[in-house]
Amino acid sequence: MLDFLLRVFGRETSSSKNVAKERLRLVLVHDRADMSPQLLQELKEDLIKVISNYMEIDENALEVNLDTSDNSVALVANIPIIRMKRSSNRAEKIG
Amino acid sequence: MGEVIVITSGKGGVGKTTTTANIGTALAALGYKVVLVDTDIGLRNLDVVLGLENRIVYDIVDVTHGHCRMKQALIKDKRFEGLHLLPAAQTKDKTAVTPDQMKELCRDLKKEFDYVIIDCPAGIEQGFKNAIAGAEKAVVVTTPEVSAVRDADRIIGLLEAAELHDPKLIVNRIRPLMVKKGDMMSIEDIIDILAIDLLGVVPEDEMIVVTTNKGEPAVLDNNSRAGQAYRNMARRITGEDVPLMDLQDDTGFINRLKKLIGFK
Ligand SMILES: Nc1ncnc2c1ncn2[C@@H]1O[C@H](COP(=O)(O)OP(=O)(O)OP(=O)(O)O)[C@@H](O)[C@H]1O
Ligand SMILES: [Mg+2]
Repeated sequence: MLDFLLRVFGRETSSSKNVAKERLRLVLVHDRADMSPQLLQELKEDLIKVISNYMEIDENALEVNLDTSDNSVALVANIPIIRMKRSSNRAEKIG
Repeated sequence: MGEVIVITSGKGGVGKTTTTANIGTALAALGYKVVLVDTDIGLRNLDVVLGLENRIVYDIVDVTHGHCRMKQALIKDKRFEGLHLLPAAQTKDKTAVTPDQMKELCRDLKKEFDYVIIDCPAGIEQGFKNAIAGAEKAVVVTTPEVSAVRDADRIIGLLEAAELHDPKLIVNRIRPLMVKKGDMMSIEDIIDILAIDLLGVVPEDEMIVVTTNKGEPAVLDNNSRAGQAYRNMARRITGEDVPLMDLQDDTGFINRLKKLIGFK
């Protein structure tokens, strides 16, 4: 009954169409996050390039993954640092 | 040189074969030379929807394996001069044809026809790969349901990966009253999610069942709303700018009344 009243008074949020849209949005975040290994590798290489401007990292131990949980997808990176670079050093590199 | 268009969906039963038969027939009615290719090997259907099932002698596997010439396998429709069907094989399996053979077949067909329209099987396996192999353009059919839209999204990704860019969308079985009540996703909702251009919208229409029963595509029936939608799509394919028809309108009581007294 409440559901009916809400609908009559135009509270669209409870309509089944909006439930469908929200479910689709979530499921597609997961589906589309299904990156190919090749794309993930390219991302890794780009990350290394950028981060190396700031610190020396252990490239072999570097891990980059997509972590999917119930209602979100996160890009999780584990990047062991060997040594921080001096800021002067960094300015040179970027500059 | 003709154009090769594949009709796909991912999810089964959303209306690929109905779409192929109707758009093909509508294009032939406009005077184009059209061949419809059924690639659903093992689950032949397009012949029945077109009412041509009794005239099949050879099929697509016979052609690709060189058991007959192309001309011998093509079935000519008696209603429209330009309409032809290349039927699927019923007894072989999906692997009986390869993507390379499909490419060659499409190359040959588009020399003779203005439009080569390929009815794709459901799924993303070999049958799908065959169906898209020789295509230059793709149409993705969906219904306003979560599972169908999700599969359409997957197919759009796979088409992109196969370098079939810019596919067009058909939303089938829309029920305007349910959309109005907020109980069915609207065209805008679906386009918003899939982010591709629309080719057309087909309303849920009992006439589809009736016309399919008889083996006469709905475009031949001037009273069918779905038929009208498909005729519009055929004209859009030829490059004409045809506005979307008003779906809401005709479900109304007044309009039904008008139709009854021969106003429409
Ligand atoms: N707009 C519509 N209104 C009513 N019924 C429809 C409509 N479109 C399709 N149908 C019905 O839905 C069923 C499935 O349609 P169709 O065979 O065209 O789907 P398909 O995508 O080719 O299926 P498959 O994946 O099995 O090849 C048929 O019975 C057809 O008559
Ligand atoms: Mg089919």
